[in-house]
Amino acid sequence: MAIQFQQHPGLVVYLTAGDAGLSNHRPGSAGGADLSLTREIALAAIDAGADVIELGVPFSDPLADGPVIQRASERALARGTRLKDVLGLAAELRAARPKAGLVIFSYLNPILRFGLAKFADAAAQAGVDGVLLTDMIVEEAAEYIAEMERVNLAPIFLAAPTSPDERLQAIAAHSKGFIYAISRTGITGKQKTLAADAAALVERIRRWSKLPVAVGFGISNADQVAEVAKFADAAVIGSAIVELIERTTLDHGEEQAPGAVARFIKGLHQPHSVQAL
Amino acid sequence: MKPGRFGAYGGRYVPETLMAALEELEHAYAEAKEDAAFQAELASLLKDFAGRPTPLYFAKRLTESLGGAKIYLKREDLLHTGAHKINNALGQGLLAKRMGKRRIIAETGAGQHGVASATVCALLGLECIVYMGEEDMRRQELNVLRMRLLGAEVRGVSSGSKTLKDAVNEALRDWVTNVRDTYYILGSALGPHPYPTMVRDFNRVIGIEAREQILEKEGRLPTAIIACVGGGSNAIGAFYQFLLDREVRLIGVEAGGRGKALGDHAARFEGGVPGVLQGTYSYVLQDENGQVSLTHSVSAGLDYATVGPEHACLHDCGRAEYVSADDAHVLEAVVKLARTEGILPALESAHAIAECMRIAPGMASHDILVVNLSGRGDKDMGILARELNIQGAQGI
Ligand SMILES: Cc1ncc(COP(=O)(O)O)c(C=O)c1O
Repeated sequence: MAIQFQQHPGLVVYLTAGDAGLSNHRPGSAGGADLSLTREIALAAIDAGADVIELGVPFSDPLADGPVIQRASERALARGTRLKDVLGLAAELRAARPKAGLVIFSYLNPILRFGLAKFADAAAQAGVDGVLLTDMIVEEAAEYIAEMERVNLAPIFLAAPTSPDERLQAIAAHSKGFIYAISRTGITGKQKTLAADAAALVERIRRWSKLPVAVGFGISNADQVAEVAKFADAAVIGSAIVELIERTTLDHGEEQAPGAVARFIKGLHQPHSVQAL
Repeated sequence: MKPGRFGAYGGRYVPETLMAALEELEHAYAEAKEDAAFQAELASLLKDFAGRPTPLYFAKRLTESLGGAKIYLKREDLLHTGAHKINNALGQGLLAKRMGKRRIIAETGAGQHGVASATVCALLGLECIVYMGEEDMRRQELNVLRMRLLGAEVRGVSSGSKTLKDAVNEALRDWVTNVRDTYYILGSALGPHPYPTMVRDFNRVIGIEAREQILEKEGRLPTAIIACVGGGSNAIGAFYQFLLDREVRLIGVEAGGRGKALGDHAARFEGGVPGVLQGTYSYVLQDENGQVSLTHSVSAGLDYATVGPEHACLHDCGRAEYVSADDAHVLEAVVKLARTEGILPALESAHAIAECMRIAPGMASHDILVVNLSGRGDKDMGILARELNIQGAQGI
C-alpha cells in the first residue's frame, strides 16, 4: 500500500469522521459513536474516483479550520466520536478498499493524549498510509517522525505560500506520501477563485522534492480542479464536501449523502459542466 | 535549552502558514530588545503614559485584620487602563509599529487586554480589531464600550464556550488569513514562541520594581509573592526577578470556580494534564480523548483551559507553588479588601487576595507577603452587584 494518484489530477477527499451532517438519526450509542455514514460516504467517494481519503479526527479547538469544518467537528464530537473510533473506521475502509489511500488528519492534542507510540501502532495496524497534523511543524516533529518511520507510515507536512525556501526544503526532506500545498494564507473554506499563490508555491516545492504535490484549501469545483491539474498532481477537497453532506442531509435525509458525494466527485473531472447536487 | 522551551514545555505548534510570521516576530523582538532607542521609548511611555513605577503599598488594616504576615500590595491596578496588561500592550504595540504593521488584532477575556491594546493602538495610530467571546462580552460589558470608544472594532465569538479560549482561536484564524500585514498582540505569556518569553519580558518590570521597593521598605526580601494566574502574564512578571532568590516562595493562584469537576473551574495544575493547545505545550484541561474541556470562573480573565508554559516548568520543578481559590472565597476577598483598605480589586486579582487571606493568619509577624494586585475592579461592578446580592452574605 502506498499513496498513489491514479488519475490526473488526483483527488484527495477530506471527511470529518463521525459527522452525520445535520441529521440526528444516528446518535452515538453507549458503545461508541456511529461512524457508518462516514463509512458509506468514504466508500462512495473512493468508488467515484477519490484517490485518497483524509479522515478528520474531530477536535474541540480546530483553529486552522473555517466555520464549515468547525461545525462538522462539533457535530461529530457531540455524537461521541473518538480517535479510537476513527481508527476503527480506517480499518473497515482498508478491508473494503485495499488500494485506496488512507490518511488520518488531526490536530496534535488528541494524538498526544492517546499516546504517540500507541497511535502509530494502531494507525499502522488499521492500514492507514499517512498522517497529517495541522499544528505540527517540522522543527517540533523529531519524535513524531521517528514514530511514523518505525511503523512505516507517511508523515505528511503542509507547505504554505508564506514558507520561505529553507522551510520548504525541510518540509520536503521530512514528508512522505505527498506534500500538501496550502493554496493561500487562511483557514479552510470554499473560495470562488484559486489564489495565484498556489502555482508559485508548487513550483517552489518542486525544486526540493520529487513527491507528488496536492493543493488544498478553498477548492470546490471542477474548474478549480482543472486549474490545479496544470501545475500540481492532486487537488484536496474538504469544506465543499462537508458542506454538501450538511445540505444534503438537511434537505433530503442522510441516505442521500453518499450518492450526492459520489456525483459531486465524478463531476470534478468535468470542468464547465453543471454539477448536480 | 532550545529557545522558546521551558523544560519540556512551550515550543511552536501552529499551522505552517504562521511560521514565517513567528520567525519574523522573533527576529524583530530580538533586535528591539537590544535597541536602546526602543527601550527608551518604551520606558518613557511606561512612566509618563501608563504611570510607572506603581507603588508597593503596605496594607496596614488588612494586615491587622488578618493577623500574622505583613501584607504589601503591588499596585498594578493604578496603571492607566486599570491593569498590568498595559505593560505588554505598550511593548508589543511599539514593536508592531517598528515592524511596519498597521493592522493589529488582539483577543481578550476580561476585556483588560483588549482595552490596553485599543488604547495603545489609539496612541500609536494603528487599526485595532479585538476578538472576544460573547459570554465575556456580556460579563464585561463596560470594557466592550471602552474598546469601542477608543476606536477598536470588537468582534464577538460565538463558538465553544464563548470565552477566552474561543477568542484566541478566532484571533489565530484571523492571523493565519491576514498574516502578511497583521500583527497579533497576544495578551498573556502563552501561545507559540516567542510570545511566552516576550510577554514575560514586558511584564518583568512588576517584579523588578517590587524587589527594589521591598528592599527599600523592609531591608529584606519577602517571604512569598502571590499572584493570580490566568494565562500567567502578571504572575510571571511578578515572579521572574525573584526566581534565583530561592528563599522567596512564589505562589500562583488559579481559578477554583464553583467546584472540582472538569468544566467547573480553571485550575490547570489540579485538573489538567500536559498537552498542546493554541500553539504551546503546557498543562491543559481536557477529557480522556484529548478534547479541551470547558472552564468556569467568576472572573473572565482566569477562565481559560491552558496556562503559560513557563508556569508549567516552574510547577514541575517545584520552584513555584500553584493553588486555587474558588468563586465564593474570591467574592469574600473583594469585599474584604474594599472594606479594610478602600481598594476594589479586579475579580482576577481577588484570587491572589483570597490566598493571602488564607495563609497570612498562620504566618509570623516578621513574614512578608507581596500580593500582586494585577488590576482594579471597576470593570466587574455589574457582576459584583449580582453575585453579592445573590449570595446575601455581605449584601451591597
Ligand atoms: C486584572 C487582571 N489580572 C489578571 C488577569 C489574568 O491574566 P494573566 O494571568 O496573564 O495575568 C487578567 C486578564 O484579563 C486581568 O484582567
